[in-house]
Amino acid sequence: MNKTFDYKVVDEIIDELGNRQSAVIAILQNIQEHYRYLPKEVFPYLSKKLGISQAKIYSVATFYENFSLRPKGKYVIKVCDGTACHVRKSIPILEKLRKELGLSEMKTTTDDLHFTVETVSCLGACGLAPVLTVNDKVYPAMTPDKATGLLNGLKEDK
Amino acid sequence: MKTNNYMLIDGMPVEINGEKNLLELIRKAGIKLPTFCYHSELSIYGACRMCMVENQWGGLDAACSTPPKAGMAIRTNTRRLRKYRKMILELLLANHCRDCTTCNNNGKCKLQDLAVTFNIERVRFPNTAAKPKIDDSSYCITRDQNKCILCGDCVRMCNEIQNIGAIDFAHRGSKMIISTAFDQPIASSPCVGCGQCAAVCPTGAIVVKNDKKKVWEALDDKNAKVTVQIAPAVRVAIGRELGHANGENAMGKIVAALRRMGFDEIYDTSTGADLTVLEESNELLKRLEAGAAMPLFTSCCPAWVNYCEKNYPELLPHVSTCRSPMQMFASVIKEQNKTSGRRPVHVAVMPCTAKKYEAVREEFKTDGVPNVDYVITTQELIQMIKESGIVFADLEPEAVDMPFGTMTGAGVIFGVTGGVTEAVLRRLTSDKSSTSLMSIAYQGVRGMEGIKETTVMLGERELQIAIVNGLKNACDLIERIKTGEHYDFVEVMACPGGCINGAGQPFSSLKEKEKRGKGLYSADKLSNIKRSEENPLMMSLYSGLLKGHVHELLHVRYKAGTKEEN
Ligand code: SF4
Ligand code: SF4
Ligand code: FES
Repeated sequence: MNKTFDYKVVDEIIDELGNRQSAVIAILQNIQEHYRYLPKEVFPYLSKKLGISQAKIYSVATFYENFSLRPKGKYVIKVCDGTACHVRKSIPILEKLRKELGLSEMKTTTDDLHFTVETVSCLGACGLAPVLTVNDKVYPAMTPDKATGLLNGLKEDK
Repeated sequence: MKTNNYMLIDGMPVEINGEKNLLELIRKAGIKLPTFCYHSELSIYGACRMCMVENQWGGLDAACSTPPKAGMAIRTNTRRLRKYRKMILELLLANHCRDCTTCNNNGKCKLQDLAVTFNIERVRFPNTAAKPKIDDSSYCITRDQNKCILCGDCVRMCNEIQNIGAIDFAHRGSKMIISTAFDQPIASSPCVGCGQCAAVCPTGAIVVKNDKKKVWEALDDKNAKVTVQIAPAVRVAIGRELGHANGENAMGKIVAALRRMGFDEIYDTSTGADLTVLEESNELLKRLEAGAAMPLFTSCCPAWVNYCEKNYPELLPHVSTCRSPMQMFASVIKEQNKTSGRRPVHVAVMPCTAKKYEAVREEFKTDGVPNVDYVITTQELIQMIKESGIVFADLEPEAVDMPFGTMTGAGVIFGVTGGVTEAVLRRLTSDKSSTSLMSIAYQGVRGMEGIKETTVMLGERELQIAIVNGLKNACDLIERIKTGEHYDFVEVMACPGGCINGAGQPFSSLKEKEKRGKGLYSADKLSNIKRSEENPLMMSLYSGLLKGHVHELLHVRYKAGTKEEN
């Protein structure tokens, strides 16, 4: 087992949610919330603790779009590309953000780990289309220019 | 006729008698329904949809996952069903590599079979799936995702029966694959090489490694002296594909075939098993005398040894130091041929895929050369016999060679779960009468159950014995031992039923497995020596070749930490 990784956080999460196989999704969610992704090191550890194979945990982690095996940025920007947002021109917003940050469909996180840009299929806020979220804060009625402004604000903030 | 316990299958009334699902009932009625994802020993997955039937209301049910109900009426062969089955097959084939002629599984593939049965004449869709690479990292199995139909049989085998969980589904939708954690090579996963996943895989997506070519090369080499040993379980499984009944003892014919193929000396691993019986009995007695920590676990099964190393390294001191029969015998044969003018090459024909890994382990090399140069499985031997043009059914049985050509019934029964224990008990009991032999046999050591327990009196002492097959059962027993249950001797075989059902054997159903076991027990009955210590060869070995070398040639200490290189 990895010696340098501190398992205290994981232990606390398991204590809180219960050392049960059925809690694996919730446990993974909390781990991701803390690290902003699922570090590789937690797999063998969870496998031992919960008595589920690593392959099975990997199976769960790769099934749900929401789990990430790669570190995400400090600010995770999710551009909604559900039907409503799409027809109200969410794609130009996405493209603008990617261009400004040098990202693409394949490369979703900046090297300095400040920004991650991804799409989601419907945030359930169609009335506010086009919508994006930054770390779960909702920004309604966006335009490419507004997105640039938002980015600049976040950059200063860092 | 009482109607409350019957249902109609294609118009025929069929009695429901505790069948868990329609599929079992349909098969009972003598109808062959196609399936990919159903195995009676595994949990029900219901994903392939090949087993669909039409009920009286025109609805479709997956037979494998629908319980039979009295009064139900189903049809198994309607126009609609035929159309759907064809469509499913076509779609599976669309995503599948179609290089059948060069596939390792050619002729044994269920997908190929059903494509023939349902007369698939063309596949309208091009294969647009990304081409994943082939995982060749293990000594035991090869995985080729391009041939996977996602039935999940391998996953459930590895999880439910073997409790390993080396592989599982990963990703989803059209990107779904069978994968190890983080898609690492199977060799660096918890895989123990038991091969049971390959045994249940209906296609060529997981196959047993093939080492025939190297054996042919050795046979072609005039400067090589090629010796071979054949494991007990091979003789009762080889026949079915070569014109004999399953379970029939074909040892004599195997010897004849090997001789024709050009092997220089042919031996029976049962002889190696006799050595194991003597050494392991000794070890058990010594441990009991010394009051050492119990139990003693057997060490014949390399997949079990791998499992123990990877999951319970703390138990390794409890694992017998005896080498497996194959390795004991190989040491003896290599030692004997050390001074032969020709390069000694030793081949083992095994029912097992994990033996391929055992053979390359550092512990079993002499001056860097493995004592067993190549391991081939029963299935590979079948192919070699066919390749040679030998008509197996017409062969006259022949005897194995000297000087190592004597073996006992005790050695032969090693191939079936409980056999090792029975052989060791024969050695340990002081009563050498034939009634004692009988009573050992009916002590609860025989039978296909996953966990068997028995107690045997050894002098004043009551020995607690457990016999397990299937690694899930081994794990369950170990957990019980950890909570304080006491055993003196535990036999573990990784494959369900023991080596007779090894992944190197032609695939068998539960019933056929039992026939193979019976075949070995009747081979034991037919042998005139039934106790290993009465094998005259043993005496001459111990006073000759083995003198002063017993430890070096017959024992081993497994170290934990060989993890990465499986
Ligand atoms: S060989 Fe055995 S342990 Fe390895 S993946 Fe297959 S079933 Fe699992
Ligand atoms: S590898 Fe074989 S057994 Fe496993 S899902 Fe694919 S086709 Fe089925
Ligand atoms: S056998 Fe019933 S769905 Fe696969």
